[in-house]
Amino acid sequence: MQFKGTVFRYGRDIDTDVIIPARYLNTSDPAELAKHCLEDLDNTFTARVKPGDIIVADENFGCGSSREHAPVAIKAAGVSCVIAKSFARIFYRNSINMGLPILECAEAVDAISEGDVVHVDADTGTITDETTGAVFHAAPFPPFIQEIINAGGLVARTKAKLAAEARTGEE
Amino acid sequence: MPRPMTMAEKILAAHAGLPEVVPGQLVECDLDLVLANDITAPIAIKTVREIGAGVFDRKKICLVPDHYAPNKDIKSAEQTKITRDFAHEHKITHYYEQGCMGIEHALLPERGVVVPGDLMIGADSHTCTYGGIGAFSTGVGSTDAGVGMATGRAWFKVPEAIRFVVDGELADGATAKDIILHIIGMIGVDGALYCAMEFAGSTIEALSVEGRLTIANMAIEAGGKAGLFEVDEKCREYVRARSSREFTEYHPDPDAQYKQVIHINAADIVPCVSWPHLPSNTHPVTESRHITVDQAVIGSCTNGRIEDMRAAAEVLRGRKVADGVRCIVIPATQKVWLDCVHEGLMDVFINANCVVSTPTCGPCLGGYMGILAAGERCISTTNRNFVGRMGDPTSEVYLASPAVAAASAVAGHIALPSDIA
Repeated sequence: MQFKGTVFRYGRDIDTDVIIPARYLNTSDPAELAKHCLEDLDNTFTARVKPGDIIVADENFGCGSSREHAPVAIKAAGVSCVIAKSFARIFYRNSINMGLPILECAEAVDAISEGDVVHVDADTGTITDETTGAVFHAAPFPPFIQEIINAGGLVARTKAKLAAEARTGEE
Repeated sequence: MPRPMTMAEKILAAHAGLPEVVPGQLVECDLDLVLANDITAPIAIKTVREIGAGVFDRKKICLVPDHYAPNKDIKSAEQTKITRDFAHEHKITHYYEQGCMGIEHALLPERGVVVPGDLMIGADSHTCTYGGIGAFSTGVGSTDAGVGMATGRAWFKVPEAIRFVVDGELADGATAKDIILHIIGMIGVDGALYCAMEFAGSTIEALSVEGRLTIANMAIEAGGKAGLFEVDEKCREYVRARSSREFTEYHPDPDAQYKQVIHINAADIVPCVSWPHLPSNTHPVTESRHITVDQAVIGSCTNGRIEDMRAAAEVLRGRKVADGVRCIVIPATQKVWLDCVHEGLMDVFINANCVVSTPTCGPCLGGYMGILAAGERCISTTNRNFVGRMGDPTSEVYLASPAVAAASAVAGHIALPSDIA
């Protein structure tokens, strides 16, 4: 998968309460959630974000609650992928499971600035800052995680696995 | 002989059907319990329906409407309805209707649903609470929970573990809440990222089971995957009084390998407050007295159990909440509520001019039942103080123990119980 977009650059410990405040969690409609994405951190975000844009942040992105509404809101807002120095573990799982591409790359985060245009090749982990010309390489996913991504998320992988088990059972 | 293992490694190995596991290894495990609440269940239920294989075991799924229940508004009512309809359709044993329910992480140990040695996932980040009774339980998102409900399995990366050894007597007035706030202040909100936290030492052994649940509950606030306590006689008694289920104890091997072992002198742990906007922004109460408060919240999955109610009532007895301050008390379960009635604590709260609410997560996540206006400050026994957590993005939440929250409600500013004598 290839992505290209303008960078929104944020700091460390971006928590799920600012990604999508709980006051909007009385729904799980992605379009509704997207309207309020990041509003307590940056109330200009939803007005400025364009399809394909990229969030770049420091350590511990997505800390706090387990709400899957957080990666859902980011994806529905049009963000193509998130690059961070590290991700909080539940956010990491949720993103893999529901198909929001995420990359861990401290060097890229340090070098990329707000407003840069960045190209990402999620298959190779190559991150290119087209504004500065710098190129970075994110750590590859472990094979098991890559398998979930390749299957199209955890639900698709589970369905395929159950179908395969059923076939084996019939033989 | 398998390699020496930590508690987390042993529980994961047993549930993966492996003699041993090593940190970093990805394993697929059989689950003992899968939990979701009214916010996270609807998405998990959608996942279950999409997989189309029903549920793996109706007796091993827990559904607790507690976040926006009793229903806050029409949208919330729809969310709880989806959860209720699914529970009835699949005859889910551990579905707790409003009126029987409580805040999930207070309710399940109280009802004996979860026991030591269990491997559990929950679509709520504070699912790590059950480590307080020696279960490996961790928060996941709705898709993981939905797949867990359908298949009874989940994938885990075996975590490294950090062992916290706390010895000696706590400083005057310090509680379990102060231990965990102190530790998060020491290591930061990602100090245990991807790790299991194991708690040990004479101070930990002396804690009640409820105190241990408070500490395990906040492991996630340090980025932890689980917060684990060894099973001892106190824990066995607690569990046996509530559950007839057989359980397995997993004790760490003495020569297990830890990422880090941190020794803490309990005397260094004083009553403290986490200032906005991170749980790691910890300060002693004695350096926080200048901070005035508009509201106090006493409750939540962190501090809504009977011992917490008693601690708050002890401070509030015969006193009044300060003029201009709202004090909201939320017993975490119906049983805690009833115990408060029987022990006369309700008289104390109401005579002190507290609001007393039916069990709900309500204000903790800025849901309802005590939302803050712009610029308002709240001292709270809850677990997070992020920007906008309890209301307007300019409002502020200060985290503390029940006794400190109650004393602050009376004083009108952050205070120790001894300040209002």
